[in-house]
Amino acid sequence: MILIGERINAGFKDIGRAIRTHDPEPVRHWAREQATCGADYLDLNIGAVSKNPADMAWLVEVVQETVSTPLCIDSNHPDVLRAGLEALDGRPAIVNSTTAEDEKLEKILPLAVKFQAAVIGVAQDERGSPQDVERRVELGAKIFMAATEAGLTPDRIFLDPVLMPLRFMQDQAIKVLEAIREYRILSDPPPHISVGLSNICSQTKEKSLIARTFVVMAMAAGLDAAICNVLDPELRAAIATAELILNKEIYSDDYLKVWSLRRAKGGK
Amino acid sequence: MEIPDVRESSPQAIYTVRLGATPKEGGTRTSVVTVGGERALPFHHFDGEIPNPPVVAMEVWDIPPEDWPAPVREPFSDVFSSPSEWAKKCVEEYEADLICLRLVGCDPSGENRSPAEAAAVVKEVLRAVGVPLIIWGCGNPEKDNEVFPVVGEAAAGENCLLGTITQDNYKTLVAVATAYKHKLIAESPVDINIAKQVNILALDAGFPLEDLVIYPSTGALGYGIEYVYSIMERTRLAGLGGDKLLAQPILCDIGAEAWAVKEARATKDEQPKWGDERLRGPLWEATTAYVYLLAGADILVMRHPRAVQAVKKMIRTLMAGGKG
Repeated sequence: MILIGERINAGFKDIGRAIRTHDPEPVRHWAREQATCGADYLDLNIGAVSKNPADMAWLVEVVQETVSTPLCIDSNHPDVLRAGLEALDGRPAIVNSTTAEDEKLEKILPLAVKFQAAVIGVAQDERGSPQDVERRVELGAKIFMAATEAGLTPDRIFLDPVLMPLRFMQDQAIKVLEAIREYRILSDPPPHISVGLSNICSQTKEKSLIARTFVVMAMAAGLDAAICNVLDPELRAAIATAELILNKEIYSDDYLKVWSLRRAKGGK
Repeated sequence: MEIPDVRESSPQAIYTVRLGATPKEGGTRTSVVTVGGERALPFHHFDGEIPNPPVVAMEVWDIPPEDWPAPVREPFSDVFSSPSEWAKKCVEEYEADLICLRLVGCDPSGENRSPAEAAAVVKEVLRAVGVPLIIWGCGNPEKDNEVFPVVGEAAAGENCLLGTITQDNYKTLVAVATAYKHKLIAESPVDINIAKQVNILALDAGFPLEDLVIYPSTGALGYGIEYVYSIMERTRLAGLGGDKLLAQPILCDIGAEAWAVKEARATKDEQPKWGDERLRGPLWEATTAYVYLLAGADILVMRHPRAVQAVKKMIRTLMAGGKG
């Protein structure tokens, strides 16, 4: 399971303030914490407080000074994405994200190709987020085709079937599970499949429980990546256990310790 | 039509484990042994590099082995009373790559020899031969924990392979191996999950994964060999696939198992249809070893000189891709 740490996002007050004032400390703190918890990538998002590409470049530099974890450059704006990618020190990265809109695909896929990054493709277009399985598959397939034509191999393509808040759109989660199954058979080898996990528990009381229950169900359907709260120990334990149950890891009594040891990396 | 390339590449090589230390490295060995390092299944030279051939360790005991049947006693009957002469014979006449010294005499239910006596034997054998040593305890956990601190110190700097640690008894040996710079054999009862667990415990106690050798238990031909084979194969596939906790070289205890079964031991008088035990016994041991070579063994502990000779020849042939 590829875990993308969500915590360095301007939507969090401390990070928003840090970006506005270029105070590196909160950024460094959450970079270290998430790396220690086993994040494979750190998502970096300035959107809530800035559209300035220089702010993304600053954020990338601060994180790179702190940890060796690969980065997930997260923005709706191609200029911000480009600034983040240009600031990379050669470590692997994911471009987060394109949608299925032609204009987005045309601008963002070449960035991923140029900077040898992977890309997350969100199954949305001009008409907004899909409400059913078919539309999710149609948009996912469109992104997959376009990315392949642009020269990206399936291991550099992450499809996101768009997870909705359970509290407000309770019928959608099961459709996302079905779409994940369909994405798995788009190609052999299949693309990666990723969700923004915290979306599902938005404004619920049992956030952690809902997130980890869904992620286990989604892993069984074929999910292999998530932007999520890697700081949640119960989420990590559920993911480690699901990996065992899916026979991706050989059992040992201390498998949770193994999982943590294997992921305890990225420190600098 | 183009024939697809079906070669398999492995993301991770098996750890390379070096045994023995030369004077330059702080020991007194005249030769060292390197095992592991392979990046492919056994002898799949077409898939990846196999830099080090499997090696054969010959068994030497600190007391005369009363239980060995005649065919495997005879080659050594003149040296049983002297572990150093016995070891010398194994190296000089039978080309053992290393010596596996078993401290059977320490067993409390047997001679109950003291740690100091065991250390004296270890020193004697180290003086007699230049190859690296495997030092195997008597198997009684409490006694082994008394013996190894003394024995480990007596062999300090020689980079021996000590064994065995198990799920229930590892702390003393880990401390000894760390203090006196030895490697360790991690034992499990034909159980991949426990094999992994023992390695986790050693790692957690501060011992490096690259200094371990997995001993998954061994069964003789006809006695569960296919079960052990499947465990070893799964272990090796996991190791090559990236599981660092199962990426250690594997040791198989061939001689002890092969010579424990009636098919190897029975005399011609007892089993007239089975043929001469002086041929049958070594054949049973060699055939058991062949199977484990194919399952991924890196170190074979063996007894009979003829079996050793045959297996060493087979290793040369298989390492040469069948051309040797």
